[in-house]
Amino acid sequence: MDLHARIPQTTDAATFVARLTEDTPHDRDVLLVRGDPTFLRVGTTPSRDIQLPETLSYLRAGDIVRVNEGAGHIRVVYRRNSPHNVLFFTERCNSRCLMCSQPPREIEDGYLIDEILEAIPLMSQETPELYITGGEPTLLGDRLLEVIEATKRHLPDTSLHMLSNGRLFRYMRLAQEIAEIRHPNFMIGIPLYSDIASKHDFVVQAKGAFDETVRGIMNLARVGQRIETRFVIHRQTFSRLAHTARFIAGNLPFVDQVALMGLEMTGLTKANLEALWIDPIEYQPELREAVEEFRRARVPVMIYNHQLCLLDKDLWPIARKSISDWKNVYMPECISCRIKDQCGGFFASAHLRYSKHITPVGGPAMP
Amino acid sequence: MTIGLNRSFTELSHYQSDEYCLLPIRFLSLDTNRYIVSNIAGNYQVMERQDLDDLVRHRLPVHSPIYDHLKANHFLADRDSNVYRDLLAAKYRTRLARLPDFTSLHLFVVTLRCDHSCQYCQVSRVSEDRAAFDMSRETADRAIALMLESPSRQLKVEFQGGEPLLNFDLIRYIVLEVERLADGREMQFVITSNLSPLTDEILEFAAAHKIFFSTSLDGPADLHNRNRPRPGSDSHARVVSGIERIRRRLGHDAVAALMTSTAESLKQPEAIIDEYVRLGFDSIFLRFISPYGFAAKTAKRVGYETDEFIEFFKRGLAYIVSLNLRGIRIRETYSTLLLQRMLTPYATGYVDLQSPAGIGISVLAYNYDGDVYAADEGRMLAEMGDQTFRLGSVRDSYEELFANSPLLSTISDTMLEGLPGCCDCALLPYCGSDPVFHHRTQGDVIGHRPTSAFCRRNMEIMRHLIRLLEDEPQTAAVLRTWI
Repeated sequence: MDLHARIPQTTDAATFVARLTEDTPHDRDVLLVRGDPTFLRVGTTPSRDIQLPETLSYLRAGDIVRVNEGAGHIRVVYRRNSPHNVLFFTERCNSRCLMCSQPPREIEDGYLIDEILEAIPLMSQETPELYITGGEPTLLGDRLLEVIEATKRHLPDTSLHMLSNGRLFRYMRLAQEIAEIRHPNFMIGIPLYSDIASKHDFVVQAKGAFDETVRGIMNLARVGQRIETRFVIHRQTFSRLAHTARFIAGNLPFVDQVALMGLEMTGLTKANLEALWIDPIEYQPELREAVEEFRRARVPVMIYNHQLCLLDKDLWPIARKSISDWKNVYMPECISCRIKDQCGGFFASAHLRYSKHITPVGGPAMP
Repeated sequence: MTIGLNRSFTELSHYQSDEYCLLPIRFLSLDTNRYIVSNIAGNYQVMERQDLDDLVRHRLPVHSPIYDHLKANHFLADRDSNVYRDLLAAKYRTRLARLPDFTSLHLFVVTLRCDHSCQYCQVSRVSEDRAAFDMSRETADRAIALMLESPSRQLKVEFQGGEPLLNFDLIRYIVLEVERLADGREMQFVITSNLSPLTDEILEFAAAHKIFFSTSLDGPADLHNRNRPRPGSDSHARVVSGIERIRRRLGHDAVAALMTSTAESLKQPEAIIDEYVRLGFDSIFLRFISPYGFAAKTAKRVGYETDEFIEFFKRGLAYIVSLNLRGIRIRETYSTLLLQRMLTPYATGYVDLQSPAGIGISVLAYNYDGDVYAADEGRMLAEMGDQTFRLGSVRDSYEELFANSPLLSTISDTMLEGLPGCCDCALLPYCGSDPVFHHRTQGDVIGHRPTSAFCRRNMEIMRHLIRLLEDEPQTAAVLRTWI
């Protein structure tokens, strides 16, 4: 599924963020006229029609788009019926993880936050969850606080999840400012790739990052912030997986949940493919041991981005269908699988490489 | 070199330092070639002698698997990071987090009268003389006032005796008074009883005020009745019927049972455990007999040597584990407590195994006659004429009891962290200080470690648990389910 598309270029046209409607448009709405072709009717007197490409024919009323006619570009900001809406904050980052799926760029992209703040009041109040991602969202400082406040004000029933490397939370003040907003349902997901400082620092390519992240997690816990820790399993991390589980259970037992994640074959992963790739079948013993450690310590644990046929049956209940719908695919091996519906499948990028042990699961389907 | 790493990335070695320093550790031999090494937060590691030698001589290969393990568990530190020390400090604080929250357990000895004449009992009197052995309302009022001066937000009132139900009127009075005065504090009530005088009226009152029961169950009928004589020799039948009645009226978990082991018990751990399973208990505490009161006088008849107890404990524990492997869920309480200390970062509040010692700061005992003691055992010693652990009377002020008695000096003198034989013991993080026991058995509150039965018993049990965790995976898996 494409979230970006080309549209006819029009010089001097303003860039705008708008919600689509099929009824009478209110102030921030534009009329979506579905058909062949589908087009957007912009303005009232006189109005202009912007023709949409076939790839965006899935758009529906309530969805939000950013239209840049000057550059001939349209981007889907929000899809009302998707459970995977992402607020993309920035391309900038203070780490450079070996397997980053969104390679950082040192560019001025503050306009992204402006658009997010414009879009939030247009979103449906029934939105179940929003995901803040980047880049590193905490680099936005006060503007991050603005977004959290805006979601609390406009979307009081929407839970909010932010991915952050946690390093800037080593400053107690930032942790406190986040806590003071008192967002009712806000979780911060923070990766911890090893129990050994140098190994984590190597994975994120930043000396001292482990200390900063651990201090950040401790600060967030002190202010009562809900925390998820994440661990991406690949060749450079898998041998410390169970140790890291023990480390978290022993030192950070207050974390609200832990996500153990499969590798996404995109971004910088492609540049480091041979250093990172490991067939998931090879690390199943470490994965089982880590889950066992977390279960013993009563730390809720989930498995993301893994195909059920590679996992012990005992792990199925904690395997989540975690891959965003727009990049989620299945392989030819999956066609005859009885439990495909329960399985999270693959990232579209997995066509590059995936486990040699994918096998359709027979027998009765899972209840 | 990391194979396949793009050249724009920096190698692992860039992030690693090449020397280390030691964090505070203690070690103790486990068996011929292995050592238990522990840090101040209670993480332990069993190491071969050679590895330990390498560690302390700074010869351990940096970034080897054992090096990483010791680093992640705060045995050594290097320049890669300084956050481990913060984590170690946080864990040490967590272990001691209960200290500012004193005193949470308050024992009210509402009467010394009892219908039993148990062989090992410490203090009870078979007597009809209410005036001589019952606590008065006036004394109870003063004790309640003292209890409510404790800073602790959670208070537990435990009614002791004698047989406290023989003075149930006073129990009812105290519960109602405490509820009236509690001022939002979290209160818990427990009656320690042989359940023989249990009535429906008592059960109704317990149900209305969420009162729990703790009772004595020494094992199967013949052993129990032998240990716990009463007219009619029906102690066992009465306690079993009492347990059932409480469970019917108040719920399954409203009654807990404790066993006391005598020389006779030591021959039959399996039968005792089977009895607990039969009666539906999910835990049993294999408890050492305490050398107080009548127990000391009749020591030759009911007592035993420490080593015999240790054998009993190991045999009992093995049997409990075998039951678990057959699908019968039952835990041994003392092992559970020690395993929590060995395997989790959390504090555990068992009065007899704390440092600083639990006397006074974990528990206060208000005796029937108005005397206040720093521990239940303290008032038992007093019945034998030894007033060492008497802090004063309920008529004294809270400040006088704490500051104007030998309590604080005893607590500070007996902290393990400063005791010869304890301060460098690898088991210190799991152990505790028992000044009452050492005063009783060795004549001073500090005691002499090499000849201390307390030390021998605890070290042997802890070593045993660590060996099981290390060497017997099946047993270890069961033990880990208990914490």
